[in-house]
Amino acid sequence: MSPDIFLQNVANSITLGSLYALIAIGYTMVYGIIRLINFAHADLLMVAAYIAFYGMLVFTLPWYISFAIAIVLTTLLGVTIERVAYRPLRSAPRISVLISAIGVSFLLQNLGIVALGARPKPFPRPDDLVWNIQLGNVSFLSLTILIPVVTIILLLMVTFMVKKTKMGIAMRAVSRDFETSSLMAVNVNKVIGATFAVGSALAAIGGIMWSMQYPQVDPLMGLFPGLKCFIAAVMGGIGSIPGAMIGGFILGICEVMLVAFMPELSGYRDAFAFVVLILILLFRPGGILGENVVEKV
Amino acid sequence: MLKIEELQVFYGGIHALKGVSLEVPKNKIISLIGANGAGKSTTLRAICNQVPAASGKIYFEGEDITGKPTVDIIKKGITLVPEGRRIFANLTVMENLQMGAYARKDKPGIQKDLQKVFELFPRLREREWQVAGTLSGGEQQMLAIGRALMSRPRLIMMDEPSLGLAPLLVKEVFRIIMDIYKDGMTILLIEQNATAALKISDYGYVLETGNITLQGPGKELADNEEVKRAYLGKA
Ligand SMILES: Nc1ncnc2c1ncn2[C@@H]1O[C@H](COP(=O)(O)OP(=O)(O)OP(=O)(O)O)[C@@H](O)[C@H]1O
Ligand SMILES: [Mg+2]
Repeated sequence: MSPDIFLQNVANSITLGSLYALIAIGYTMVYGIIRLINFAHADLLMVAAYIAFYGMLVFTLPWYISFAIAIVLTTLLGVTIERVAYRPLRSAPRISVLISAIGVSFLLQNLGIVALGARPKPFPRPDDLVWNIQLGNVSFLSLTILIPVVTIILLLMVTFMVKKTKMGIAMRAVSRDFETSSLMAVNVNKVIGATFAVGSALAAIGGIMWSMQYPQVDPLMGLFPGLKCFIAAVMGGIGSIPGAMIGGFILGICEVMLVAFMPELSGYRDAFAFVVLILILLFRPGGILGENVVEKV
Repeated sequence: MLKIEELQVFYGGIHALKGVSLEVPKNKIISLIGANGAGKSTTLRAICNQVPAASGKIYFEGEDITGKPTVDIIKKGITLVPEGRRIFANLTVMENLQMGAYARKDKPGIQKDLQKVFELFPRLREREWQVAGTLSGGEQQMLAIGRALMSRPRLIMMDEPSLGLAPLLVKEVFRIIMDIYKDGMTILLIEQNATAALKISDYGYVLETGNITLQGPGKELADNEEVKRAYLGKA
């Protein structure tokens, strides 16, 4: 492999890793606070991508307005899903909430198919954001830089929010103990809502960047990225935010490198994520940064 | 300050409180004693509406707070140091204290109370940045009390604050309770160390399977033969 192509692959892997990391955070935050694998999280990518798509093409809005609307509406949708489908089940067994989450996911996918058509549509890349950069023999898309930069800024913001702000401290307290949090006058439902809002906003940004990088939209587009980001979150240690970031990057890098170095295996690309997951869990059952303790029954 | 009338609580089919009435006047220490499972913790939990009251009334400073959301009750100036400490093990000592002040907006006031808590518990100041889960049992109890004080409550309820502590620390906890009391606080106390609790209490109630069976001034109760036999382990 020539150094140029190798560099190209490195860049691609970081871009993919960034997207995984961004989306994985939503899984891990929601799991951390209400111990739920939010299956509907994956479909938020799709919703955000479609809103941006329609904003630009049908309503001919500038990209930045379409993107902003997409992020806001997707965030609202994420919060509404929690409100309508999960909150009423707060004291129900965990499996009921999980089933509710799967139900919401199916609902969104099928609404998408009915309302938008099952056929993939090309996603318009705004010229302001996407152009070709030529560096010697290497040519790459501006997205290769844009996506990791945006991701890192967002990751820093989330880390700061969770570590330093009052809401962040409350999120960690609530994730530990609902009852005692309410004894501190914390409105537990509000904090859970805020957690969904953050996760959904990140998923929306991830979804929009995803559809610029791989420029098409279809109602099931969230499926595989969602699954892989969930794997990334588990790999990193579900519930751990830095874990989700690391898991996302590891998965993205491994996946691109697999295809680059062993093109004959590229058909197994999607299965590969599971191999990485199983390997990591064999050695660290709680994930890379997770609490490696056996759950008390 | 706090007044409970005919409070009843059920856990499913279990009738945990069968009509409890008690009163906590301002600037007094009142203790609630009773055997395991008598309903002491349930009484405190019901006051904060952590378990719903099936019937009866709870008044705080004359206002009916029965059935109000926990958050609102805490904001009115009641706080509970829960049974088993329940500190946030994943947060630092400082963050635990900040959580105590969650509902407050008066930054200078919070700072002042923080200094007060640190004066009361110098060990917490040394361990400001330590993750609370790694504190010793005694330190965790100090943190639970400190955290409760950070809300600047007018009534503090403590559920077995000396549970599981070495005798020396038990003494320390009682000293702290007295300190807090002398600072003008009203205290509702549950204690395993019934003698020690009654001795510092202005008034005491004895709870027996969901009913108040005896009550009286602390020292009188401590000397009461029946109480001694049943709860103080002295024949
Ligand atoms: N969450 C619950 N679900 C069902 N029953 C409960 C629950 N909590 C308490 N109980 C029952 O209610 C009764 C009173 O319990 P409570 O915890 O108030 O007792 P206590 O006086 O605080 O005892 P201890 O001294 O052991 O702390 C007990 O019979 C207990 O088994
Ligand atoms: Mg108890």
